[in-house]
Amino acid sequence: MIGLTGFGGYIPRLRLSRKSIADTNGWIQPGLKGLGKGERSICNWDEDSVTMAVEAARDCLHDRDNAEIRAIYLGSTTLPFLDRQNSGIVAAALNMDESLSTVDITSSQKAGTTALSTALDSADSSDGKEILVLASDARHTRAAAQQEMIFGDGAAAFTVGSKGVIAESLARHSFATDFVDHYRGENRSYDYNWEERWIRDEGYLKIMPQAIDKALAKAGIDAASVDTLIAPSTLKRVPEKIAQMTGINADALADALDGRVGATGCAHPLVMLSHVLESAKPGQIIVVASFGQGCDVLIFKVTNAIADRQPQTGISGYIARRQEETNYNKYMAFNDLVEQEKGMRAELDNQTAMTQLYRRRDMLLGLVGGECDVCGTRQFPRSRVCVNPNCNATNTQKPCNFSDTPAKIMTWSADHLTYCPDPPLHYGMIQFEGGGRFLANFTDADVGHVGTGQDVKMMFRVKDFDNQRGFRRYFWKAAPIRTSEESKNG
Amino acid sequence: MASGIKDKVAILGMGCSKFGERWESDPEDLMVEAFDECIADAGIDMKDIQAAWLATAIEEIHVGKGGIPLAFALRLPYIPVTRVENFCASGSEALRGAVYAVASGACDIALALGVEKLKDTGYGGLPQRSRGALNSMWWANYSAPGSFAQLASAYRAKHGVDAAELKRAMAHISVKSHANGSKNPKAHLQNKITEAQVLNAPMIAEPLGIFDCCGVSDGAACAIVTTPEIAKSLGKKDLITVKAIQLSVSNGIEAGHNTWDGSHFMTARIASKRAYEEAGIRDPRKEIGLAEVHDCFSITELVTMEDLYLSPEGGAVKDVLNGFYDADGGLPCQIDGGLKCFGHPIGSSGLRMMYELYLQMQGRAGDRQVENPKIGLTHNLGGAPHQNVCSVAIIGQQGA
Repeated sequence: MIGLTGFGGYIPRLRLSRKSIADTNGWIQPGLKGLGKGERSICNWDEDSVTMAVEAARDCLHDRDNAEIRAIYLGSTTLPFLDRQNSGIVAAALNMDESLSTVDITSSQKAGTTALSTALDSADSSDGKEILVLASDARHTRAAAQQEMIFGDGAAAFTVGSKGVIAESLARHSFATDFVDHYRGENRSYDYNWEERWIRDEGYLKIMPQAIDKALAKAGIDAASVDTLIAPSTLKRVPEKIAQMTGINADALADALDGRVGATGCAHPLVMLSHVLESAKPGQIIVVASFGQGCDVLIFKVTNAIADRQPQTGISGYIARRQEETNYNKYMAFNDLVEQEKGMRAELDNQTAMTQLYRRRDMLLGLVGGECDVCGTRQFPRSRVCVNPNCNATNTQKPCNFSDTPAKIMTWSADHLTYCPDPPLHYGMIQFEGGGRFLANFTDADVGHVGTGQDVKMMFRVKDFDNQRGFRRYFWKAAPIRTSEESKNG
Repeated sequence: MASGIKDKVAILGMGCSKFGERWESDPEDLMVEAFDECIADAGIDMKDIQAAWLATAIEEIHVGKGGIPLAFALRLPYIPVTRVENFCASGSEALRGAVYAVASGACDIALALGVEKLKDTGYGGLPQRSRGALNSMWWANYSAPGSFAQLASAYRAKHGVDAAELKRAMAHISVKSHANGSKNPKAHLQNKITEAQVLNAPMIAEPLGIFDCCGVSDGAACAIVTTPEIAKSLGKKDLITVKAIQLSVSNGIEAGHNTWDGSHFMTARIASKRAYEEAGIRDPRKEIGLAEVHDCFSITELVTMEDLYLSPEGGAVKDVLNGFYDADGGLPCQIDGGLKCFGHPIGSSGLRMMYELYLQMQGRAGDRQVENPKIGLTHNLGGAPHQNVCSVAIIGQQGA
């Protein structure tokens, strides 16, 4: 049996209220007001498709051994690097053994399902190892574009293999045609979109039902017995119409998360699938279909093992980890939609020495420090001489990963002087359970809700942008965990 | 222990430029201004100087690297000139070099000069500095106020001090330094301020407001040192001698080992103990008559009083609020206005502190003269609380 053996996901914490978009841009696009309900997820200034993919993967792999993974397939249309393998950054952040295959799958809104389908095609391996499939998107739009309202940012993660299958792959069908509903050419920041009515009638409603029919036929499944249909569309009423045309029950349509997250690009069918699996019951039939120059359809049957394999936080958990943002100007600034005065301190040259980055890649991308063999002291970074003043032994440290170690804030400040796209910049000394500490930048921190002794979770984020050279460097930041009491109060 | 340098070296002369936003002045102008006062005070010829140390911290702007800028500015006669940089303690490092050279007998007369031209950056606050290829990839992005502000959260957690009370003690420190600075014609900031102004000032890095931060200034300061015997042979009386210069540099414990609590400076405690031992001081709270400490931020001055064993641990808030460190208190601190008001041209600050003690001990401090100080201490710190260099120096009247 081949199928999904684990799942997880990630939704950024910031949620932009759609009303704030409509209030700002309604004067020029009155049509936006009709869409101005609910909220959409937005990346913090230091998040991108790679950082979201890392968090989704961690959510999926939280109780797993990385040694089980032999490949990473990353589907995205918004990868930060055109030529530097993005899934390779993810692998390093996850501290994967470097004997693995990494693949970026891109250039279509079905990149996510294609990554999953391709992984399932090659899942049978003699060594029993698995493939980590990630889909992540943070699509950029112009200010006042309708898509700005509809889109959201997010990522999903799955492991694919043959042991401990939680959702068996019953059938897969792919259809490819050069139907250009939108495109983004070389050196362009934004999509160019064709007319919606044509996309709906000639695109979604002709391409998807046929592909779903063929997949169902391959699986030998009757449409009426489908429990869940995941067939997201950015166009209204299209999923309902597809259900009707394929004979799948209307109530089988999965929650598209449009009121809380938005359409997360090529990740969306998989974000929805991850969300569905959180509450799936053994025996349920799930149909996943994507749309983008054709259609991928995947049919799964949930197994009894589903009860034993849950993500750490899950899409639901990340939807609940939420901070409302009503300041549309901030969203514009984060996404370079407005030329903003950043001050001279923003001119600091952040050139990265690739030689240095490579030598210390486990430390800088994987947050690997050291643990002294002699005295047991954990420390970051790993150094030649032990930091413990009562030890100071030389060349005794074995690698010690801090990314999943719980930590607390020892000291902190909120700095209005240092350049930060979202001031004040919070940072402080964080201390890891079991030893080790360093002065860390904080992320997802709220003014007035940071304090000594507070728990933090390490998250993989963009540290600095080198706009002069088109590079961005990543490192780990501490995200203060707000108590549930505080979260309720907003 | 080594015999140390107590009374082996005397200060022959000192000079200090006006500190401030010296828009009209190049670093060369500042160096010459401080040196002219110093050489006149020393009563020697420039060509009598046998070795020199130049302190500048931020060579990315202003003078550039190496010893050449000082040799050029003063037209020194092809003598050894060494540029030293140890963050904000650079000025004290220049003096340590010159003092050690004389104490060792390697030369008879040596010069230490610190200069910094900070106001050529185009923005307020300290200039941003390069950190090194690896550090820049993982060190938190932080500023000086943000890193020193960390002390406040840790100090409060350790001593159970109420946020408002700590902020009030910090405000008292700044109000005191402005009152002192108002009497110092060379100070960058000569205005008096009120506690309310400090408490209501815009936040820079929580809980440090604008008045909790020192001035960012241009300036230069220098010292010429020699042996007591040579000083006497040149006709000097009532010599001011060096009693101790100690330096302690973090090795990573604070930043990387969970034993440090974040509320104090390990280096200051180590350097001050060594300095007291070198100078033969047993009860610093009683024996030190004047202190010039590195008050880059009000919270730094507060915790430093404990690190120098002048206030008991946890007792600095009370001492500060009781006025113990005020001009008319038991141990006047920052009588010249400190970094807060005299200003902080980085490489100059350690020598500027020494300049004030030197004037005070000679009774030349004008309106801010305190009564007959015999022993004074400078504390000059560079870096951030979790990784720093700390110099503690003690000078005094010969025989004291």
